[in-house]
Amino acid sequence: MEKFTELEAIAAPLIRINIDTDVIIPSREMKRVSKDGLSDGMFANWRYTEPGGREENPDFVLNREPYRQAKILLTGDNFGCGSSREHAVWALAEWGIRCIIAPGFGNIFYGNCVRNGILPVILPEETVSGLVRQVEEDPARNMLQVDLIHCMVGAPDGTTNSFEIAPADQEMLLEGLDAIAVTRRRDDEILAFQGRDRLKRPWIYL
Amino acid sequence: MPRTVIEKIWDEHQIADLGDGTCLIYTDRVFLHERTGSVALKSLEAAGRQVRNPEQVFCTMDHIVDTFPGRTDETRMPGGTAFIQTTRDAALSAGINLFDLGDTRQGIAHVVSPEQGIALPGATIVCPDSHTGTLGGLGALAWGIGSTEAEHALATKTLVVKKPKTMRVTFTGQLSAGVTAKDMILTLIGRHSASGGIGYAIEFAGEAVCKLSIEARLTLCNMTVEFGAWSGLVAPDHKTFEYINGRPYAPGESLWEQAVEHWQALGSDPDATFDKEIEINCADIAPQITWGTSPMHETGIDRLVPDPNDETDENKRAAMERALEYMALEAGTPLEGIPIDAAFIGSCTNSRLSDLRAAAEILEGRKVAEGIRAICVPGSGLVKQAAEAEGIDKIFMAAGFDWRESGCSMCFFAGGESFGHEERVVSSTNRNFENRQGPRTRTHLASPATVAASAIEGRLADVRNLD
Repeated sequence: MEKFTELEAIAAPLIRINIDTDVIIPSREMKRVSKDGLSDGMFANWRYTEPGGREENPDFVLNREPYRQAKILLTGDNFGCGSSREHAVWALAEWGIRCIIAPGFGNIFYGNCVRNGILPVILPEETVSGLVRQVEEDPARNMLQVDLIHCMVGAPDGTTNSFEIAPADQEMLLEGLDAIAVTRRRDDEILAFQGRDRLKRPWIYL
Repeated sequence: MPRTVIEKIWDEHQIADLGDGTCLIYTDRVFLHERTGSVALKSLEAAGRQVRNPEQVFCTMDHIVDTFPGRTDETRMPGGTAFIQTTRDAALSAGINLFDLGDTRQGIAHVVSPEQGIALPGATIVCPDSHTGTLGGLGALAWGIGSTEAEHALATKTLVVKKPKTMRVTFTGQLSAGVTAKDMILTLIGRHSASGGIGYAIEFAGEAVCKLSIEARLTLCNMTVEFGAWSGLVAPDHKTFEYINGRPYAPGESLWEQAVEHWQALGSDPDATFDKEIEINCADIAPQITWGTSPMHETGIDRLVPDPNDETDENKRAAMERALEYMALEAGTPLEGIPIDAAFIGSCTNSRLSDLRAAAEILEGRKVAEGIRAICVPGSGLVKQAAEAEGIDKIFMAAGFDWRESGCSMCFFAGGESFGHEERVVSSTNRNFENRQGPRTRTHLASPATVAASAIEGRLADVRNLD
């Protein structure tokens, strides 16, 4: 997994509440049993003029310069709600998004981000709106600075906004850890638990 | 210290407190399907990792399989065959339990799991599918995960989980005639928003919940994810035990009494406290219908399409305006009477025998209105078989409904079959998102009874006003 420590990048505003994972990647765009090749279908229903087509909709933010180079998404509350499809995160990551800033996230989507090198940042709605205003003035110059070591988002006007992230999630992103390998270190503990549990709840063990 | 049912199950599965609000949690069962499970199994195999305890892992084909009679591995969805065959090969090679095509037990994961006795009270169950919370209807602590987390659960039998806050949603009073569990959960989401449950595990309680059948409780818990919640459950009671007894993977005779004794102690202690409490009086609930593109965009069928100008929150107002444009609806229009093009009964929310019975009761002796495309997809091969034994298939078909093989079917558009461009569908499913059931398709979510009544009228109908 790609590590995340610091990022200075163009941020694209896509301010709508409840953007669901069906919007981020429609089911019909998940064409193969693979984590790759999904970015083409990212936001397909908004990004292209026709469902299933590939003619770009010039009004969609990520089709406009300089937002085509965006690595940060500024968005509305409950981003990534709906289906558990990790394809949504794989598509965003492949397209180039490394950080998403929103007032809140769908629970499964948030976990999927952390496991794929995308930093989900929760900031209050007013803060996100303020960042959008500054970015929109001159998006190519008014980049955002994201620092995961100090959990800060730096705005173009020099102000900084701190955010919270669970230490385990922070470590996973900073180190690019393989979660299975980390848990495997506790294998003795897991097997001991299982041994005790088998006696306590034998009906669970088929 | 008094504990909630959620805390009791959590504590029983906690292997380690990782010290930062997250815990290492033991997962009793993993369920997979061919859409997201295929990637998890394939990726695990590629990493050279084994499934730990494959006997406690289950897999079905539901998301991509066709639901036409006589189906094979071929699908209308382009590329669907690869999902089915990759999943089958990986499942067989990993030695997990597979409910494959041609097996009567095959069906929608969250229908099969209770039916087979795989979901049990007090058990932790995960599946790379957001509607896994459904199984809370049996008193299980169940939640949806991503594919990478599924790999973690398969390889280690555990997940690292952030401890949720607790919420109790109490439904007081009695449901009126024509009002169902679907209407209860839609009401909750409508009043408290699609993000109202974020960070919470929910216990559904109160007189009205106790009175619900197990299948209705599964419907209630199914849509907790649409409320943003991590999980939701109903504490197990005698109805739960009766439902489970004798099912294939349920505890056998020798362990039954020990299991029931254990399950009886799971209920929340009388003085346990929750981080948040919500109370809803069932007397206030009419049959519900959605009018927009989020499950929170809903109201009573006897109400009007709401006016965005009445919404004070700017973002919510913008979402409402956009939704009304997508749905081609004008504020102030009575919902009852809006003409529809199609009706769908199925999905992990409402495709069980009791759902089909409720719809059949309305359809019996009646016909679907002219020009309405109506489809029923039973939730599993066994639901279909049981319905056919009661003659329910004949009632559906005589009314003009298609009668299908089990699967998720047209709950979502995967590139194969869909409802048409800008068609208006009344659907017993769980998501009315933009383009969910087809390109530009306009979905109205409702209970199976409301869907059946609307199909007959050819317009959104109040089941209580049917002649």
